Amino acid sequence: MIDKICPSVEVAIAGIKEGATIMVGGFGEAGSPIELIHALIDKGVGDLTIINNNAGNGAVGLAALIGAGQVRKIVCSYPRSSNSKIFSELYRRGEIELELVPQGTLAERIRAGGAGIPAFYTPTSLGTPLAEGKEVREIKGRNYVLEYNLTADIALIRAEKADTLGNLTYNKAARNFGPIMAMAATTTIVQAREVVQAGEINPEVVVTPGLFVDQIIEITNPAIESQLINEGVSYP
Amino acid sequence: MSESSGKTGLSRPQVAWRAAQDLVDGSVVNLGIGIPEMVADFVPDDRQIIYHTENGVLGFGPRPAPEDEDPDLINAGKKPVSLLPGASFFHHADSFAMIRGGHLDYCILGAMQVSEDGNLANWSTGAPDAIPAVGGAMDLVAGVPNVFIITDHVTRKGQPKLMKACTYPLTAVGVVKRVFTDYGVFDVTEKGFRITEIAPGLTVSEVEAKTDAPLEISDHLKLIETPSNI
Repeated sequence: MIDKICPSVEVAIAGIKEGATIMVGGFGEAGSPIELIHALIDKGVGDLTIINNNAGNGAVGLAALIGAGQVRKIVCSYPRSSNSKIFSELYRRGEIELELVPQGTLAERIRAGGAGIPAFYTPTSLGTPLAEGKEVREIKGRNYVLEYNLTADIALIRAEKADTLGNLTYNKAARNFGPIMAMAATTTIVQAREVVQAGEINPEVVVTPGLFVDQIIEITNPAIESQLINEGVSYP
Repeated sequence: MSESSGKTGLSRPQVAWRAAQDLVDGSVVNLGIGIPEMVADFVPDDRQIIYHTENGVLGFGPRPAPEDEDPDLINAGKKPVSLLPGASFFHHADSFAMIRGGHLDYCILGAMQVSEDGNLANWSTGAPDAIPAVGGAMDLVAGVPNVFIITDHVTRKGQPKLMKACTYPLTAVGVVKRVFTDYGVFDVTEKGFRITEIAPGLTVSEVEAKTDAPLEISDHLKLIETPSNI
């Protein structure tokens, strides 16, 4: 029988290995799976490649994971943060690698990774430093840049509701990268605010179908990143 | 020249007001972080504009009261927003399909430099110690048909920002349609910048002196008249 529900965050992330490539959902704090990230810090696995839109805020969540020295490389569109120097200091010291990707190209590379599309042509970044070294092809009279897909060993996602088969709904703009990262990773691990029995989510409102989800942990009251930052919390 | 008398030209809210007048009723618009966000405050009441934010909301409204803020409901600037009737949520790949697929009507962004051939530089100074960060700017300007820029006419050090050629790393090539500055309104045409409107208190030669590229002067050059309460 299919059973995707995990008894603890430790069990949920037990399979994450040193050197893994991990897609982490969220746009800033919206949709950030903060309990899963903190469990990853507790576990201590390193040499990670992280794919996220940003590079963390304050000294919690993704910023804390980077600060713990567990991240070798980050793939993102906007690593600057008004309230965190963790990434920028490591970057200036040459201790973390950055692959800067325009946000829409990042999303489409992830989507392509989940959809079995190895690469695609896009008008974004044409004629800019971010297109240097990339193949450019004229299609129907306009030039486009070739971009390759992104896949990952693991996706860490925050959802609003999950059923026991892994069908997901999200909360408002916390959806952002969750649905496409769930598609693009070999193993997708979800923290959901509420877990319900299969059949309790109307199939018409399922956003991520259950086949994209492997493991679920219920976190009824997830920490709110901006509140932690306002309280001066740094993790661990 | 009036440099000794302090700031010349329009205030930032006045520039935002002027840009808002050019948004056609029924448009879908993406406003960049910072000054461009002010445009929403000045859209005429008889026009319906739907706002898109690249992190996955169409139809958002102003910042709510503090007790109604939801950390999962923010705009691309990571500030809380409210929802208007008819709003929708979507994931990031769909959001950028809207952008890249040409489904938005306008984006209004800030700029470090704009060149007379419509090139835009607004994401990096290229300084060796800068943290490079691009966000969604390159996608927006590549896909949205009407790219408008709001910017001060000169830098804090008085250097021109309307250039013969950009010296900073580019965001995109040949995309800017119109530039709104504290000095006036400038269309980007095949012949370069054309000044179509000028701020009160300035002469065309004063604007030319602060512009790196040559200016074509519209036959119908107008004085910008802003409402007295802005």
